[in-house]
Amino acid sequence: MQWNSAGEFFAMGGYAFYVWGSFGACALLMLAEPFLAKRRLSEVRQSLIRERLADELELQQKTS
Amino acid sequence: MKQSIIQWFKFGSPQAFYPLAGRMIPWFWAAAAAFGIAGLWISFFVAPTDAQQGEGYRIIFVHVPASWMSMFIYLVMAFWAGLGLALNTRLSGMMAQSLAPTGALMAALSLWTGALWGKPMWGAWWVWDARLTSELILFFLYLGFMALQAAIDDPRRADKAGAILALVGVVNIPIIYFSVKWWNTLHQGSTINLTKAPSMAHTMLWGMLLMALCFWMYSIAVALTRVRAIILERERHTDWVKHAVE
Amino acid sequence: MNAFLATVRRDLLLALRRKSEVLTAVFFFVIVTSLFPLGIGPEPVLLKKIAPGILWVAALLATLLGLPRLFAADHVDGTLEQMALSPSSLGLLVAGKILAHWLLCGLPLVLLAPVLGLQFDLDASALGILTLALLLGTPLLSLIGAIGAALTLGVRGGGVLLALLVLPLYIPALIFGAGAVEAHIAGLGAGGHLSLLAAMLALAVFFAPWATTAALRIALE
Repeated sequence: MQWNSAGEFFAMGGYAFYVWGSFGACALLMLAEPFLAKRRLSEVRQSLIRERLADELELQQKTS
Repeated sequence: MKQSIIQWFKFGSPQAFYPLAGRMIPWFWAAAAAFGIAGLWISFFVAPTDAQQGEGYRIIFVHVPASWMSMFIYLVMAFWAGLGLALNTRLSGMMAQSLAPTGALMAALSLWTGALWGKPMWGAWWVWDARLTSELILFFLYLGFMALQAAIDDPRRADKAGAILALVGVVNIPIIYFSVKWWNTLHQGSTINLTKAPSMAHTMLWGMLLMALCFWMYSIAVALTRVRAIILERERHTDWVKHAVE
Repeated sequence: MNAFLATVRRDLLLALRRKSEVLTAVFFFVIVTSLFPLGIGPEPVLLKKIAPGILWVAALLATLLGLPRLFAADHVDGTLEQMALSPSSLGLLVAGKILAHWLLCGLPLVLLAPVLGLQFDLDASALGILTLALLLGTPLLSLIGAIGAALTLGVRGGGVLLALLVLPLYIPALIFGAGAVEAHIAGLGAGGHLSLLAAMLALAVFFAPWATTAALRIALE
């Protein structure tokens, strides 16, 4: 362990901007991408469910 | 033997693959998290400070995995694309399409972290080094692939056209890499040697490997999530999709 | 082989009826190369250094101009479908079309390049190498470009998309083509560059018509 304090850890020996800029960008994009993919999946699902409900409603109206 | 081949073809259908992917995704996320925590621990707390580059070298722990993945994903994408072209399976094209954005993201991250590493170490955000230039071209190839697929409305045609482009790209990548390398050695204006990583300690190598495994598992998880969305989008008019969503 | 020659002849005849389309690419090449000295300044040493790169980049862009038309007209009027159904192999006909494209869009650039090179103070031997490099390189551009043209056939925003697809693949040709002239000027000899360019051309002659044909069949489905 080469860090004596949290401040020293975050300072990264003067390279804070570069090191945290790299790790931060990776973290940000690698959180955003799964979020977008999941949203895409749930959007299709929602629209499919709506479609199905509409079909069922139509069927009910016809039979009644 | 025959039974197992049939088994594989069964999972090759979008209908069978959709629930399978859903079951696999959490495991890949768990693996990505586990490798990521171990990798980050090594990158920040175990790996020693580098003698020449100080703490700045720690960027290597995300830069190298992102570069590896960007190249590896292109190969995997081309593999699926070629398989789709040869066997005419629907799922292969969907896999290729779902991998492309992740590959492009990895290429972008590799360029970004490369720039942030380059600035303190060589005094410039961008150097026309062979590796950086090839990575940039790889990024363009990903963009071209995605743009072509987005521009074609018929998904089957989009898959096949994308497949040809991906295969042409795979043939060209080594040619591009060696031509850029040759170009770089001819123009020895800058004496910067980018490729020379700081003397590799064993712990550094382990950190890099663990982070690469984390990126790999992440890519699989996110590509599987996206392929599920693509399956539903494309097969939305089939009966099984209507029953697959509750 | 007859079908191949007939396609070349047909495409040349068609192009001669619409001369302006061919001339546009040539004028584009001339104008772009002449713009650079105006933008950079007339200093001969600098111009001589950047000449190969400028002439090559201008050639890439000029070749790109003619590519969207390579298959578009034949696709619209149904000729392409007839070609796909014809008894002679589509690959051969496609190769004929690519050759015609090179004769119309590539060869004029090769012939003009030495004249334009004079603007940049290149000496006679460098001009010779430049012409030779372009002679090997422009067919390569037509061959690779044909794949892109076939892939983007009838696609939304085809022209811009074509540039995005094809330009990254042009990079090796650019590097070795411009590099040949630079190496010659630097006294290193252009042999290596030219042979690599020729090797890539051989590879492309073999693969590109095949990939183009596959892409066309997909577009025609």
